[in-house]
Amino acid sequence: MNQKNMKEPQIELDLIERFRDARIAPQRSKDGIPTFWVDKADVRSVLQYLKDEAERPYRMLYDLTAIDERSRQNRNGQPDGAFTVVYHLLSVDRNEDIRIKTALDGKYPSIDTITHMWHNANWYEREVYDMFGIKFDGHPNLRRILMPWTWEGHPLRKEHPARATEMGQFSLPQEKQDREQEAMRFKPEEWGMKRESEDTEFMFLNLGPQHPGTHGVLRLILQIDGEMIVDIVPDIGFHHRGAEKMGERQSWHTYIPYTDRIDYLGGVMNNFPYVMAVEKLAGIEVPQRAQVIRIMMTELFRIASHLVWYGTFAQDLGALSPVFFMFNDRERIFQIVEAVTGGRMHPSWFRIGGTAADLPKGWDEMLKEFLEYMPKRLKEYDTMVMKNRIFKARTVGIGAYNTEEAIEWGVTGSGLRATGLEWDYRKKRPYSGIDQFEFDIPTADHGDCYDRALVRVEEMRQSLRIIRQCLENMPEGHYKSDHPLTTPPRKDRTMHDIETLITHFLGVSWGPVIPPGEAHAAVEASKGVNGYYLISDGNTISYRTRIRAPSFPHIQMVPYISRGETVADVLSILGSIDFVLADVDR
Amino acid sequence: MINLDWSALTAIGILLGVFTLAPGLIWLERRLLALWQDRYGPNRVGPFGIFQVIADMIKIFFKEDWIPPFADKFVFFIAPGIIMLTVLMSFAVIPIAPGIGVMDINVGVLFFLAMSSLGAYSVVLGGWSSNNKYSLLGGLRAASQMISYEVFMGLSLLGVVAMAGSFNLREIVNAQAGMWNIVPQFFGFVVFTVAGLAEMHRLPFDIPEAESELVAGFHSEYSGMKFGMFFVGEYIGIVLISAVITTFFLGGWHGPFLPPLVWFFIKLFAFICFFILLRASLPRPRFDQLMSWGWKLMLPLAILNLVVTGAVLLAVRQGH
Repeated sequence: MNQKNMKEPQIELDLIERFRDARIAPQRSKDGIPTFWVDKADVRSVLQYLKDEAERPYRMLYDLTAIDERSRQNRNGQPDGAFTVVYHLLSVDRNEDIRIKTALDGKYPSIDTITHMWHNANWYEREVYDMFGIKFDGHPNLRRILMPWTWEGHPLRKEHPARATEMGQFSLPQEKQDREQEAMRFKPEEWGMKRESEDTEFMFLNLGPQHPGTHGVLRLILQIDGEMIVDIVPDIGFHHRGAEKMGERQSWHTYIPYTDRIDYLGGVMNNFPYVMAVEKLAGIEVPQRAQVIRIMMTELFRIASHLVWYGTFAQDLGALSPVFFMFNDRERIFQIVEAVTGGRMHPSWFRIGGTAADLPKGWDEMLKEFLEYMPKRLKEYDTMVMKNRIFKARTVGIGAYNTEEAIEWGVTGSGLRATGLEWDYRKKRPYSGIDQFEFDIPTADHGDCYDRALVRVEEMRQSLRIIRQCLENMPEGHYKSDHPLTTPPRKDRTMHDIETLITHFLGVSWGPVIPPGEAHAAVEASKGVNGYYLISDGNTISYRTRIRAPSFPHIQMVPYISRGETVADVLSILGSIDFVLADVDR
Repeated sequence: MINLDWSALTAIGILLGVFTLAPGLIWLERRLLALWQDRYGPNRVGPFGIFQVIADMIKIFFKEDWIPPFADKFVFFIAPGIIMLTVLMSFAVIPIAPGIGVMDINVGVLFFLAMSSLGAYSVVLGGWSSNNKYSLLGGLRAASQMISYEVFMGLSLLGVVAMAGSFNLREIVNAQAGMWNIVPQFFGFVVFTVAGLAEMHRLPFDIPEAESELVAGFHSEYSGMKFGMFFVGEYIGIVLISAVITTFFLGGWHGPFLPPLVWFFIKLFAFICFFILLRASLPRPRFDQLMSWGWKLMLPLAILNLVVTGAVLLAVRQGH
């Protein structure tokens, strides 16, 4: 990646060639993703060019976010502006990313919407509006998405307090309660929905936030005609904990436990992209042993996460038993995780520069036992769930979309591979030495609920393969880098030389100081591509922590693939997507 | 006079028997499901957790009897009673063993079918009167499911009736002394079992209350003892359907060596366990799929079964 970055990327020449009159300024970032500053007026045409006209175009809007630049010290010649809007595009054909940035001025600036170009820009722009107060002109329904509609202020602006204790005492008088409750009332007209058609009156069914089928606090408002779905309005934000804001308060090191709780089924899989992004910023090389341990633990968590999905999906379709068997198997994984990390669901075990500890004695025996045990169980589940005819009748042909639609909506992970596209972050952008492993990328053809399930089930087998290779080829060496910014630094060194003792002292008392810069790192998580975009201002805390969660765009797609299906099918679709509300809301 | 007393005693005996069997069944189901799902189930209260049901019953009796303010009060109130009443009434015609049974009427089959049709009202009225969207959807699903499955439930029994030449359940059982109906009426048996499951809305036919879709379906708003009546009604329904299948297709009390009463209960329990096993192993089809299986597969099968049975019977009788 770094070597490729040495020469000018082709896209830079193309862009400058195409937009001669516009000012297009490249920026070097530590992750090697070509980054360009574009004037506010030209953003739309540049994005349009990249999406439709460029050779091997950037079809996916991978992320859209903003940065409050007002208190940033190290701008390194970047254009002035109070806010920056960042468009992160991904090209499947090139297997490259591009980042387009634009500077905005003013207290509450505005910029043109791009919702007509990408469907999934809708929610991203609402999120940016909600968090920063940046308005998007021409957006069809620009309203808060994560915060309550009655919220005052925009949380990710630097002047917004991060702690409740900075906000004055909370009270809930009757009229405020009434106001809050009234704000929750669903008014179909606000969403451009009709209450009745020519021949029927529609029913609005409030599914969630407390509902056994939504797996968390997701609210879906179904507009139904009999049992047929006319439209759906997803209402999210009930699980919003301000994880991105916390990133601006916690030190680089103490933020790690927060990442665990983003996709709470993914465990250390969440630590992974975060620590990799910090390591890119700090320039830390992780030793081989730590790399392989990391891969092994994430693959274990992938299986654990998929098992939860497998069981609950079957339960959504009325099969009561599989979920108990699968949770039992997951328990076996947790026993290994507990032996290795001391934690279970949220071990927060990865560290900047390595892992928290070395593997314990006897880890290989436990793993061997599990590798013996699991394939047989998976085979049993095939007959119990995947080959069941009622299960097939409920899932085949339901909630289908093709590759093009998936890319258009920002779908990654199994949902994308189920459409027949062999696109896995582990293969396309190998990280942590995963390119040294042998494994296949399962795909399917129809992109329906059944195919998504099929892909995930096969992924578990592939993960077992990877774990076996980790077991057989675990390299010797240290589990932590000897880079001074490794947190905490190697204990054996701190006892011997004063330099390491000083960095240890600083790291513990203040937290490590990460050099200024920007970096994005992502992994193929169990739900899709999970990425962290970090900006360091040369401080002990992050200046901006952006979490690109896979479930967010996936949930946004639910209305699109549910129209015309029945209420029961919505549950199949929700189950097949495999989302976690904590991952959607962050 | 003595005769009357005897029958009153059996009636009370059967009523009590059903009332103890149903809670016992709740315990049995929870334990069996747990066994098949690699977990323990209720095992703390009393030996093997058998008193768990009693504890639950005490709890449910003392719960607040709440009727939601937006509900249609009268209908909401009577709906759970209907299911208890119709299911219990159906037991009246079941011949348990020679001389044991409440009524011996000549239209026993029709009486049973009539009662199960009336039972559908309970679910529909309960769902409708709750004035809740989930309940309404559940009630609607229940109405269409039960009405359509009733059609071939009746048809599937006609083969049995034709073979016995009577609507009297006791005579139907006696007609099976030589061979159980499950052999000549195998398709009738299959169709009736499916229809019976649908009638009792048990998984995989629990579409009116489909938990993951409709929360609790038609009884979402019910709590306390009113919910308890729906709940126990469902379990008595399982006992009923198992008893009816035993009577129509498995020769009732007939069997070698053991006394008739024991045979009846062995068959009854085999079916109850079978229904619980079904619940542990099958997912739930979608509403429209269930309807199309009903109308496109089950109904033609039931009619075909009746036509073939009739033709064979005619041929045999003409041969004599």
